[in-house]
Amino acid sequence: MANTRPKADVVIVGLGWAGSVMAEELTRAGLNVLAIERGAWRDTSTDFPPAVDPDELRWHTRRKLLQPMSVETTTFRNRSGQTAAPVRNWSAYQFGWNVGGAGTHWAGMSWRFTPWDFEVASQTADRYGASRLAGLRDDGLLLQDWGVTYQEMEADYDRFERIAGTSGKAGYLNGEKVPGGNVFEGMRKREYPTPPLKDTHWMSIYRETTQSMGYNPFTIPAGNISQAYVNPLGVTMGPCTYCGFCDFHGCGNFSKSSPQACVLPALMRRPNFTVLTETEVLHAVKHEDGKTVTGVNCVTRDGETFFQPADIVCITAYQMDNVRLMLLSQIGEQYDPATMRGTIGRNYNYQTCASVSGFFSGAKMNPFIGGGALGVQIDDFNGDNFDHSDLDFIGGAGIMGYSTNGRPIQNMNGLRPGHKRWGSDWKQAYARDYQEAANIFVQGTSMPTRGAYLSLDPNYKDRHGQPLLSLTFDWNENDRKMAAWTTQKATQTMQEAGGEAISSDNQAAESWNPYKQHSSHTIAGLEMGADPTTSALNPYLQSWDCHNVFSVGASAFPNNGGYNPTLTVGALAIRAARAIHQTYVNNPGPLVEA
Amino acid sequence: MSAIQHIAFRITAGVVVLALIGGGGWAWKTLNTSRSAVADDQVTLAEFTTDDEDAIARGNYIMRLGDCAACHTRDAGEFAGGYQVGTPFGTLVSSNITPDPDTGIGTMTERDFFNAMRHGQGSKGMLYPAMPYTDYAKLTDQDMHDLWAYMSTLTPISHNVDEDAGMSFPFNIRLAMAGWNALFFDNSGFTPDDTQSPQWNRGAYIVEGPGHCSACHTPRNALGGEIASRHMQGAVVDGWFAPEITSNPHVGLGDTPTEDVARYLKTGSDGVAFAAGPMAEAVEDSTQYMTQDDLLAVAQYLKSLPGSPAVAPAPIPASDTAMQAAAQSYEVNCSACHGLSGEGIKALAPGFAGNHALLSENATNPIRAVLVGARAAHSHMLPTGAGMPSFAWKMDDQDIADVLNYIRNSWGNAAEPIGAAQVSEARATLGARDKIIWSEAPSR
Repeated sequence: MANTRPKADVVIVGLGWAGSVMAEELTRAGLNVLAIERGAWRDTSTDFPPAVDPDELRWHTRRKLLQPMSVETTTFRNRSGQTAAPVRNWSAYQFGWNVGGAGTHWAGMSWRFTPWDFEVASQTADRYGASRLAGLRDDGLLLQDWGVTYQEMEADYDRFERIAGTSGKAGYLNGEKVPGGNVFEGMRKREYPTPPLKDTHWMSIYRETTQSMGYNPFTIPAGNISQAYVNPLGVTMGPCTYCGFCDFHGCGNFSKSSPQACVLPALMRRPNFTVLTETEVLHAVKHEDGKTVTGVNCVTRDGETFFQPADIVCITAYQMDNVRLMLLSQIGEQYDPATMRGTIGRNYNYQTCASVSGFFSGAKMNPFIGGGALGVQIDDFNGDNFDHSDLDFIGGAGIMGYSTNGRPIQNMNGLRPGHKRWGSDWKQAYARDYQEAANIFVQGTSMPTRGAYLSLDPNYKDRHGQPLLSLTFDWNENDRKMAAWTTQKATQTMQEAGGEAISSDNQAAESWNPYKQHSSHTIAGLEMGADPTTSALNPYLQSWDCHNVFSVGASAFPNNGGYNPTLTVGALAIRAARAIHQTYVNNPGPLVEA
Repeated sequence: MSAIQHIAFRITAGVVVLALIGGGGWAWKTLNTSRSAVADDQVTLAEFTTDDEDAIARGNYIMRLGDCAACHTRDAGEFAGGYQVGTPFGTLVSSNITPDPDTGIGTMTERDFFNAMRHGQGSKGMLYPAMPYTDYAKLTDQDMHDLWAYMSTLTPISHNVDEDAGMSFPFNIRLAMAGWNALFFDNSGFTPDDTQSPQWNRGAYIVEGPGHCSACHTPRNALGGEIASRHMQGAVVDGWFAPEITSNPHVGLGDTPTEDVARYLKTGSDGVAFAAGPMAEAVEDSTQYMTQDDLLAVAQYLKSLPGSPAVAPAPIPASDTAMQAAAQSYEVNCSACHGLSGEGIKALAPGFAGNHALLSENATNPIRAVLVGARAAHSHMLPTGAGMPSFAWKMDDQDIADVLNYIRNSWGNAAEPIGAAQVSEARATLGARDKIIWSEAPSR
């Protein structure tokens, strides 16, 4: 390419959570790092200060922090044989569109996955027998371990929590179960950096109800932090004000964990770090040896193209784009569901979600007191925390009473059944039900299947003439059964709490489509694992096919836990970055022999 | 216009008059460079080399104390000059001070360097007092030798600067500065005060010499000379108020512990106030590099300086109607970061209770912060550098005056009332937008 920039040690493609955490780790180790970000620079006090960030119409309704679909969208179909059509309206996909990526507009739920989530195949066989595992596989589930265990991830989780300032209460600390924390969590070596958030009225009701039912409620871990905090990079965060404008919004008072609030102030001052904003990576360029890449081809906002050489390329964009960039760069082989060959695009799965709503006559829930990760949860029915011997599914869901927001536009439809959605009847009902409504969220595991995958679309292209990414996906039977069963548990809880006019919305009850989802957790396609025939990345997030390409994102999860993905993405980013600067740079080559 | 530009403007205004009287009022005293005869006059900077690593390290420290990079490092590279100082009489450009022989100061000998730094006599003629040789005159011979050693280690950068090409006649005549010097330049070196402690004297040396604090913190007369009787008692510089930094307990440092003054200079915050604007640059480029001993010495000296007569007025009572309304406005607009009781967030956002920098009669800084925002200093110890957003779009002049009066008169604070007219004037000067007027919803 005519324009070639000076070579960097490492190019970071996408400066969201994964990219900024990796850049922090790698620049601290002395490497010269260049990040390339498609979106613009966005800054707390300039772009979403406290007087601007509660603008629900701008941020939540009109999604002004998200990448517009005119820039890039995806196509979708439920199963092979159908023709995928482009997604043309706001949907489940929430691509970031600025420095900070989706880490700027996320809600803040800061979960570690359970030990079981990393080892669904081997632990299912251990607990329920090899024949149970074989049966699930015969049903089409692609069950496989991650090639890394929770215990191996603990230090990386810990590091990310310290950077993010996560608020919570440990439930399993150095071998001791701690009442009040999540007693089902994997063992942690130290307490959360900051204490848990306080209960709202609904959280107190939910906590008392689930306690009385014999469950183990706890305050969920939050990236909307409970008190001022100085992280290991020396960056200071402020306390959450419970404003409740978190997901889809930036945080005005430096209290939501984000690259802006936690990493960039330190990173931007390092002389060995550079970021190019409003610049898009088109694809990586393979070396003629086929085993490495030489750099990335890029295009600026103004349409100028250039080549950026680098010794190492880290693909840390949105999950969908990570997969797409690998396919556009022809790194690895596209997964084919007919032959089961290829690994890129394999294992696609989502987040199996349901919700239950109820109403409490005369209550004042005051939902305007909120936080993106403000809730009380029980994990008694999540993952493999309960016996599945007599159940016809594996996996489970976290069941959460939440107070995430009181956004006036969003909640206009949250009325008791039987009311009009317009006119004076609606107004009266909304004035009442805004205060009386309460909700339970059921956030379930998802297992990959043979027929769900990502590929390049044969028909539709983006503004640069490159094929869009295409998704083929529908809920599988295992996850549908799991969702129905856990939704029933949530409904019982709402009944026990005294809710009236209870209704539930089990999203797995109907075919998946991108416009109906409660979740944005889109998973896999570049799954990590110990077996190169069933994974795109090795356990250090290194491409099996080009050893100087690493990729981090939810794209690397082979299956989804019953939790939000961010903390696991951040921990994997630290794991990959440590592997690069501790091992790879000293002896470039595959970190694991295929 | 930056703070430096503003000072340059005022000094240059003074030169108009002095160019006329300078010819007659010749004062040899200000042109006498004989005390710099201790410097070598043979070897040029480009030729000079030394393996005295200690001297180079000490010289690096002098560079930090003097904050050379603030003016001499811009896009062309470290110390390669090119910083444009705009004045109504033309544009001054900071010089290339790398050892490049053609475009930098590579042909200067150590004596030439001393003459420029301490006496304002450069290789191209008299220096303009935008270069604070008036303060650098206090630098000791040893510090000058060390600085020379450090300068020799800089990477030569070829970057041609014509410093005064943008100055119009007669201001492009450098000799005119001789007249200004005759009135305002004390060409003598630093003289310790034997009645004071060594620490106090060290503080005095840094503050009045390399630190050139008075360049911003001392008000100037109509001719651009510092007013000696109001030394360090606060001055407006380019839309910022460089506050009083004397023993005055109400608006100065009298009530701030020495350790806190040192912490402010080291980190950008004393735990309550934060450096912003030109002082943020001073912290980032200069004071954060100072040793703890030097910082404490600086604090001790500043706290010993005679203060202005400013005393706390009777506070506006909390029962005042406007104060009560402003309390609500404060809670809605300010409390998320500054706290319900003005306590701020340590290491992130300023506290207001007991924040003396906020209480000066001159309310330029708080008005400015609300209108156009501000950014806190970042330092190695406090890297956050959080920002204050603009509220110009959300609050009118009276709203801003009211909430600032509330902040300046609550939690034990007391300060002169601010009027809407002051805010209005600042809004115009700063080019801040007007409050958005929400149009009435169409009736149907």
